[in-house]
Amino acid sequence: MRITARNAEKTAKILIWTIALMVIAVLIFIIIFILYRGLPVINWNFLTEIPRRSGREGGIASPIIGTLSVTALAVLIAMPFGVGTAFYLAEYTKGGIITRIIRFCTESLAGIPSIIYGLFGFIFFLDVLGLGWSILSGGLTVAIMILPTLIRTAEESIRSVPKSYREVSFSLGGTKWQTIRKAVVPSAIRGIANGIILSVGRCVAETAALIMTAGYELIMPRSVFDSSRSLAVHFYTLVMDGISERNAYGTAAVLIILVFFINVVANMLINRFVAKGR
Amino acid sequence: MKKFKEKLSGRVFFVLALSTISALVLITVFIFVNGMPLIAEVGLFNFIFGMSWAPEQGQFGIFPMIVGTVSVTLGAALLGIPVGICCSIFMAEFAPAMMKNIFRPAIQLLAGIPSVVYGFWGLIFIVPAISTHLGGVGMSILAGSIILAIMILPTIISISEVSLLALPRTYKEGALALGMTHWQTIRHVQLPAAKSGIVAGVILGIGRAVGETMVVIMVLGNSVALPESILDSVRTLTTNIGLEMGYAAGRHRQALFATGIVLFVIIMILNISAQYITRKKVK
Amino acid sequence: MKRLIITLIILSAGFASSCAARGETNVIVSGSTSVLPYVEILVEEYRILYPEYGVGIQGGGSSAGILAAVSGFADIGMSSRALNEDERDLWSSEIALDGLAIIIHPDNPVDNLSMQQLRDIYTRRITNWSEVGGRDARIHIIAREAGSGTRSAFQDLVMEGEVIHQRAIVQNSNGAVRQLVSGNRDTIGFISLGLAEPQPGLRPVKALQLDGVAPTRENVLNGSYGLYRAFLFVMPEAPEGYVGHFIDYILSEEGQQLLIGEGLISVSGRIG
Repeated sequence: MRITARNAEKTAKILIWTIALMVIAVLIFIIIFILYRGLPVINWNFLTEIPRRSGREGGIASPIIGTLSVTALAVLIAMPFGVGTAFYLAEYTKGGIITRIIRFCTESLAGIPSIIYGLFGFIFFLDVLGLGWSILSGGLTVAIMILPTLIRTAEESIRSVPKSYREVSFSLGGTKWQTIRKAVVPSAIRGIANGIILSVGRCVAETAALIMTAGYELIMPRSVFDSSRSLAVHFYTLVMDGISERNAYGTAAVLIILVFFINVVANMLINRFVAKGR
Repeated sequence: MKKFKEKLSGRVFFVLALSTISALVLITVFIFVNGMPLIAEVGLFNFIFGMSWAPEQGQFGIFPMIVGTVSVTLGAALLGIPVGICCSIFMAEFAPAMMKNIFRPAIQLLAGIPSVVYGFWGLIFIVPAISTHLGGVGMSILAGSIILAIMILPTIISISEVSLLALPRTYKEGALALGMTHWQTIRHVQLPAAKSGIVAGVILGIGRAVGETMVVIMVLGNSVALPESILDSVRTLTTNIGLEMGYAAGRHRQALFATGIVLFVIIMILNISAQYITRKKVK
Repeated sequence: MKRLIITLIILSAGFASSCAARGETNVIVSGSTSVLPYVEILVEEYRILYPEYGVGIQGGGSSAGILAAVSGFADIGMSSRALNEDERDLWSSEIALDGLAIIIHPDNPVDNLSMQQLRDIYTRRITNWSEVGGRDARIHIIAREAGSGTRSAFQDLVMEGEVIHQRAIVQNSNGAVRQLVSGNRDTIGFISLGLAEPQPGLRPVKALQLDGVAPTRENVLNGSYGLYRAFLFVMPEAPEGYVGHFIDYILSEEGQQLLIGEGLISVSGRIG
């Protein structure tokens, strides 16, 4: 068969469709498989009991609390820095060497693998600051990891606020700070919230850095100075140590549901944001 | 008061903005301070090109792990890049609106799933499949490459798609008006025009593959030997740290930080080239 | 906006009050992942018996655990290997003995290896199962990672100064080695004796005889099975207070019975 333009067109189209559908199929297969094996494990007791006998029995209440508290702490710590940086980059500066350095650092932080954050957190928060394996050490470490995401999304949403909002505010005699507070923040808030949701997703999924900084403890943490095993770390241990396949599937299903839920919320926020912005 | 607030807010934002700089500086300093003594002791050349890793016998050579990292990453890139670019073309050019509405959230979800879940999936499907059909234990470069390829897809797809969509419409319209087919337009006009964006996405994806830890611990088997085939088990730089950090004390720990330095340098080179390419495109 | 601020205040108040709750964990035990699962079970019981004595556990590994105890990160370091020269000054107590089992897949026809054969397999002088009476297949050796107490016990007891071959597949826990061996016919690995026994919900593995001696607790106690090591609790100084109370519990009849129930060998049994 001669390779004519039309043939090539046809082949390419079929090939691309096939590949795209295969990717979707693989994804759906992974998710369905985990949910199929995991959902039957999940019940009220599984969610509310702490693990017993290294996770062979009992549920995953303490890893859930561990994950949520590390996430909450990380977001609370990172938010002011991330949003502040975004405002600085979007509103207060017009380039220059400092801005370039800040941008370079942000991009670079985004690319650093979590094991490096783990090494750093281990030596800095555990050793130097003496915080030990704890929710606090884990939260601080992950807070640095999510900074780039927060900055990028917040900056984008601040920049997408129409110029006219600012002009109106300035023309009414508002200072820059007043303009930001009264005109920019309210319209950018959804985009910022979206960044937070994305960061939450990253915290929930994090494993390598948290093994090294938040530790392995399975009892219910009572303060941020207590060590707590996160869900992803607990899942990893259940799988690799062959502790309980059943509970591993249950934990994985909970993780996927969490991530799915986070994605749905993020999408809802984006859609509303887009609808409102235009 | 107004003026004071004005000044203060600017200052505060500036100080907050310094956080990323200080974070990067702190990370760099602490990794280097903890790893350099060992590199100085063993010698940079012996550390990087040493063939034997036996920390308890005082042998610190990471060459097999560098080869491991490169081979797994290469495998993931070979599988992941074509598939990723095809998907981004699909999203940008072929997909009907309904498909886009399924595809985009799906890719987001793909990016959000914890890496340990992929590792688990690899452990129960890919590793046994390789073991049964191709022999060996199944924990191998091949297994790692397949799973990493899936994991780097979202990065490649989203960045490539954005750069395809960002092209001026006139490019496409012009080419079509000249009588080119849709595929010819994509191949000869749109892809070359979006090249720098796609390359940046690919580099970031490769960075993700180099930096991934948990998945590779689970499916690579972690031997410290030079691989002879893609069915051999290898250890990557990240796995070396993740596997042994808990156990390390003294010089062994320093050696893991030194491994971290090498990893950090590789990642920064990838980062900087991706940034450089993206910036060039903007100009 | 106001509501947000109020929420933040409430949250930070929550953190502050939770900070005040610190100090409820009086004893932190950290170290060997081989010892960890057993101590976790002890601690669960201990928490029920003495809820007011807070005990926390961390993994890490033998070397890291000892280091943690020395540097004050933890109160007790758990070790599954003998102490090094420079650790000899530390206070330590054997809490139990643990045999090392050499495990293979149940479908593998090999039942017995000599110590020499085992060493040859781990240095890859022997690379095919047919050389030791099995079917014609390549031997895949599985080892633990550098720094693991189980690896260094194997190194000391079996390897006689030679090094485990670099080609060995490395897994970082007993359970991971067990999983891999139970799923692949041509593998061989070494794990804690207690974990080699059949476990509910897990595929079985076969523990090999060494020089004709079966790996059982009796044979460890009467000295005929030589592959065993002591699980140690290590700390800078002799324990007192909360730490002492916890160690007394482990060494008590009750604590030792729990460990025996999990497949370990009581230290008191060896004396008696």
